[in-house]
Amino acid sequence: MMNRTKIKVNDLNLFYGDFQALIDINLDIMENKVTALIGPSGCGKSTFIRTLNRMNDLIDNVKIKGEILLDGADIYDDKCDLIQLRKSVGMVFQKPNPFPKTVYENVAYGPKIHGVKSKTALDEIVEKSLRGAALWDEVKDRLDKPALGLSGGQQQRLCIARCLAVEPDVLLMDEPTSALDPISTLKIEDLLEELKKKYTIVIVTHNMQQAGRVSDFTSFFLNGEIIETDLTDNIFSKPRDKRTEDYITGRFG
Amino acid sequence: MKKYEKAIEMILFISATIATLSVFLITFFIFKEGLPILLEYGILNFVFGANWAPTNGSYGALPMIIGSVSVTVGALIIGVPMGIACAIFLAEIAPTPLVKLFKPAVELLAGIPSVVYGFFGLSVIVPMIRTYILPIAQKFNSDAFTTGYSILGGAIILAVMILPTIINISENSIRAVPNEYKQGSLALGASQFDTISKVIVPAAKSGIITSVVLGMGRAVGETMAVILITGNMPKIPGSPLDSVATMTGTIAMEMGYASPMHQRALFATGIILFVFIMLLNVTATFTTRKLGRG
Amino acid sequence: MEMQASKIMISNKKINLNIKEKVSYFAIYLAAILTLVALISIIGYVLMNGVKHIDFNFFIQEPSSMGRKGGIFSIIVGTIYLTLVSIAIATPIGVAAAIYLTEYAKETKLVKIIRFGTETLAGIPSIIFGLFGFVFFVILLGFRWSILSGGLTLAIMILPTLIRTTEESLKTVPQSFREGSLALGATKWQTIIKVVLPSSISGILTGLILGIGRAVGETAAVMLTAGSSLGLPMSIMDPTRTMSVHLYILASEGLSKEKTFATATVLIIFVVLINFSANILANKYMKRTKIEA
Repeated sequence: MMNRTKIKVNDLNLFYGDFQALIDINLDIMENKVTALIGPSGCGKSTFIRTLNRMNDLIDNVKIKGEILLDGADIYDDKCDLIQLRKSVGMVFQKPNPFPKTVYENVAYGPKIHGVKSKTALDEIVEKSLRGAALWDEVKDRLDKPALGLSGGQQQRLCIARCLAVEPDVLLMDEPTSALDPISTLKIEDLLEELKKKYTIVIVTHNMQQAGRVSDFTSFFLNGEIIETDLTDNIFSKPRDKRTEDYITGRFG
Repeated sequence: MKKYEKAIEMILFISATIATLSVFLITFFIFKEGLPILLEYGILNFVFGANWAPTNGSYGALPMIIGSVSVTVGALIIGVPMGIACAIFLAEIAPTPLVKLFKPAVELLAGIPSVVYGFFGLSVIVPMIRTYILPIAQKFNSDAFTTGYSILGGAIILAVMILPTIINISENSIRAVPNEYKQGSLALGASQFDTISKVIVPAAKSGIITSVVLGMGRAVGETMAVILITGNMPKIPGSPLDSVATMTGTIAMEMGYASPMHQRALFATGIILFVFIMLLNVTATFTTRKLGRG
Repeated sequence: MEMQASKIMISNKKINLNIKEKVSYFAIYLAAILTLVALISIIGYVLMNGVKHIDFNFFIQEPSSMGRKGGIFSIIVGTIYLTLVSIAIATPIGVAAAIYLTEYAKETKLVKIIRFGTETLAGIPSIIFGLFGFVFFVILLGFRWSILSGGLTLAIMILPTLIRTTEESLKTVPQSFREGSLALGATKWQTIIKVVLPSSISGILTGLILGIGRAVGETAAVMLTAGSSLGLPMSIMDPTRTMSVHLYILASEGLSKEKTFATATVLIIFVVLINFSANILANKYMKRTKIEA
């Protein structure tokens, strides 16, 4: 099986003011695979995932050095179109964050701002995206109801559907199940299996079993550095670094 | 010891009721003074009577009601878009140092006494309308005439006066929109502008509506600024350049020399104003609670 | 590979897109600038025309010939007198009410009514206060046009501001302060007096200063309750004329441009100073909450 690099991170360093949060990050993220980022709290994994669609730009005082190539083009280049970037690299947050609008409007929001006007086209996108997020059957009769009335798990899948609606290549997920109950978590994990056929997925998770279940590759972060990246099976069965082993066997963290 | 603490709690409780008691007292006395003439003269005759000539026993308050409404509507047309734009600017666009400079300016704007606004309007806005706006109006209608004392002048000054109310309340409600909404929108590739106009402002809707309603209350109730600018002519206006008398202005101007009967008619005007304001206040409270935060 | 790479790069089409967005930003900046311009031009206009007519004599001379000549001595005295009376009445009531609402009140129906009443009071226009003060204090209680009538009316007007700011600053006092004191065996009232109030004093002062600002700036209600007599008030039962009322009479009757501007200038300087000090105080207690939060 051919693995193609979707995102290539070269010597990435990130500073919040004087504090260096990411140190010399190098990582290849493979197309149509799930890459899990694991590590103890504060290790930089969430900071890192947010560099991939430049969400850190929103924070004052952030300095970034190095390059992140998406399909070979540096996303920190001045010529990079931020809007296009975020369209291609979708993001699902830790806490479900549907807008205070209807279910339908939530999914249609992205396509609308990107210029889709026709009602039939929007209807199609909404249905396709909700199906893609395995939510359609549950909400098809309440598309005009407020999204905030859905359960937490449904809200999170709605947020995934909202991402899918703008047809990204990459999906970033920042601890997407940490606020959910076990059954909702399982549904999302099943969904990832489906989604990786079409998308490249990067997922931050606190839950090592989850990383083991869903990912193809795993990167272990510690104190702002990547200690080790490998096939998930290798990381969990024969880690090369002592610190990785300590972490996955629960000796610290 | 226990008794002592209880007594203190009682005193504090009584103090807390004074504001509310005042509202009841104010309501009672305004109605006590004004209601008899309102009933005797006929509420409809009073509200829809077009002739205000209290010295001749003619108490038609319609010109003043229209005066108040027209000045208020004018102020809202100018002040609401400006105020909301400023609120968006402060909450979403301006960098922190600029916000720190701007906020005290808005507070100062709220602190300037209304009589100073009135004085400024009288000596700057009124002549400006006469010299700059009138010639423009005359191009369209050769009969146009204005002394400068006008609805337009009042509306401009009132617009500035209601800005702080609209800016502060709208800004707070925009800032209260959860950051997650913003991130969610930006992560979808929405521009800052789309995020503001399609997600943040709609989410802050109830606060923005409240700010407009309260601004409206301030405009309707304002006295000293309009009294110096609108010309105080109790006639039904035909254009924004005409003079009008407002309810507040008429009460303040005529109270000093009014005969007892005339005084009661002014209290009756006060009732109309009071009902107006109460409706607005209740609406504001209602929108805040009903649409609510969250 | 190259083809795909261009996907996230800016295409020429995008650069000059969206005129609507640009116009909207322009309108927002314009609104912000206009707001500042309004403030600067009002203050600037008054100061530029007024400062030159102010000298020491303006403050210490009595006004003569209806205010056409002389200074504003009796008016300053009247303004201060009236303001002091109003805050002397309103402060204890306002602070006590705020203490009740934050420290004692449970969310009963009665408390909800009290809160609603306080909010409502804040929305009542000053001319209505004037009418009320006139019929209640001036006529019914027989206080006539006097500093007492005016002071009582103003006290009711500034009550909501005082209650709100005091409540806000009481709420910023950390619960741990109260618990610490109560745990030492202090009663609730002792805790409030010794611990809670001292730590929220700057908030209370802010409310007080804003109340003073409102009292000084108020015109309509004062005119109907304290009158507009030019004489130097000797007792609380005397009528008086405040700076705002004086400014109104000078402006509306066109008595003297010079004196009008001079009075407006004194009034504006006063208001700016009040705002400035309220701001400093407010920042002080904001900062404290931030540190402790």
